[in-house]
Amino acid sequence: MPLLELHNVKVRYGAIEALHGIDLNVEQGQIVALLGANGAGKSTTLRTVSGLLRPASGTVLFDGKPIQGLPPHKIVELGIAHVPEGRGIFANFTVDENLAVGAYTRSDKAGVAADRERVLEMFPRLRERLRQNAGTLSGGEQQMLAIGRALLARPRLLLLDEPSLGLAPQIVRQIFALIRRINADGTTILLVEQNVHMALDAASYGYVLEVGSIAMHDFPATLKTSDQVRKAYLGVA
Amino acid sequence: MDGLSVGSLYALIALGYTMVYGVLQFINFAHGDIVMIGAWLSFWICARLGWAGNDAPPSLARAAATLLFAMVVCGTLGFLIERLAYRPLRSAPRLNILITAIGMSLLLENVGQLPIVFGTENQGMPGLLPKETLLSVAGVNITLIDVLIIGCSIALMAGLNHLVYSTRLGLAMRAASFDTKTASLMGVNINRTISLAFVIGAMLAAAAGFLYAVKYTNLNQPAFPTWILLGLTAFVAAVVGGIGNIRGAMIGGVLIGLLEKFGTAYVSSSFKEVYVFSILILVLLFKPTGILGSARVEKV
Repeated sequence: MPLLELHNVKVRYGAIEALHGIDLNVEQGQIVALLGANGAGKSTTLRTVSGLLRPASGTVLFDGKPIQGLPPHKIVELGIAHVPEGRGIFANFTVDENLAVGAYTRSDKAGVAADRERVLEMFPRLRERLRQNAGTLSGGEQQMLAIGRALLARPRLLLLDEPSLGLAPQIVRQIFALIRRINADGTTILLVEQNVHMALDAASYGYVLEVGSIAMHDFPATLKTSDQVRKAYLGVA
Repeated sequence: MDGLSVGSLYALIALGYTMVYGVLQFINFAHGDIVMIGAWLSFWICARLGWAGNDAPPSLARAAATLLFAMVVCGTLGFLIERLAYRPLRSAPRLNILITAIGMSLLLENVGQLPIVFGTENQGMPGLLPKETLLSVAGVNITLIDVLIIGCSIALMAGLNHLVYSTRLGLAMRAASFDTKTASLMGVNINRTISLAFVIGAMLAAAAGFLYAVKYTNLNQPAFPTWILLGLTAFVAAVVGGIGNIRGAMIGGVLIGLLEKFGTAYVSSSFKEVYVFSILILVLLFKPTGILGSARVEKV
């Protein structure tokens, strides 16, 4: 049984239908890449999974149980953490406070302290800046903080929306190395990315969204050689 | 001294405006009326229990019981107002909820005037707190009642400050105030946080109403302009301090109270409101986000 299953999910913004009934599976332990152009519905898909949006119809199953229509705070408690587009850092909070909000759902103090230590070990830059206002961090540091904060909820499924957006290539490589490491530590990941090369290199399966529908889905090796993907996203004629 | 005690009342009321604004970016125009209800409820319970009348002896225990009663009832009222009037409009355009708030304000005033509620007669609040002057320093009379009002306000604000800045719940409230969507992704229950802001705001307003009633003892009828002006002045205090900022509301309240009293004493008492609103204009001109306010970047 997949960890996350979307069946015929339709999402509307007012009169406009943004997702025309999509099916998508994420198996336990995988990194699944969700690719597509701007406006294809990638972020909409993530927001629907995390409960920020309610599907007009269809089902979202997490661990076999329906979660569509639940409020976001309930979905976090079930084990899905969403790092939103634009990172959603609390800029007027310190780095440490941002991490504390990430652990908001948990009451096991010892477990939180251990996970905080693990996150700080993974992102040493954050340890140096614990007392600093998060708004003063660089883009890459903010992205690391956003991911670290999400990990403090101890998610089974991590939703990442454009983690490489606006970052220098060297930082992007660092972020992707961390994504693989988080996955190797046992967290399943659904990754939305514009950086198709990096995403397909990291992923174990990929979906391509086109204007609200799944255009194709396959293993990364196959997607990379597909003419459709090469033309549209890899800039290869 | 008078300025400080009035200022701390403004601060208590301003906190309610600022907390609700913090999470909803919405000015709760019915908030000032909660102050009136708090004051009148204090009178009502005293009258019911036979504590009314000008000869009633001051009693700290009775004062505390009255305060508690007003805070609990107003807290419940604040919760119900949000739940029944504002929550259904959460996703409606901002103007709808603003108009609803003005409607709610009128509703509270007019229901308050009903004969079976508080009526349209002015009433005399019993002097639950002793009036005597403690000492005079350089011509300044320090009365026990002002000391008690300031002490009570400081205790309430210190409690709130601790809740907001040193607890998990407070962290959730501040997170929700910065960005409700992201806070909900961290597991913060937004509806509960909003309810909490209304309940705490209404309880502080009730406390301000109670303290106001025991200080001035003459209770104007529920729709009388003094109540509206009281709410409005506290709103100015919230804006001057930086709306959405809890510590700003406290500073703004005390500042406005002092300014009003000093202006009254040294210039003229007929310009009382002029001082308050001039400060509002000055702040809006030179530091529109208020003393402690920070510029909020509008997301496009």
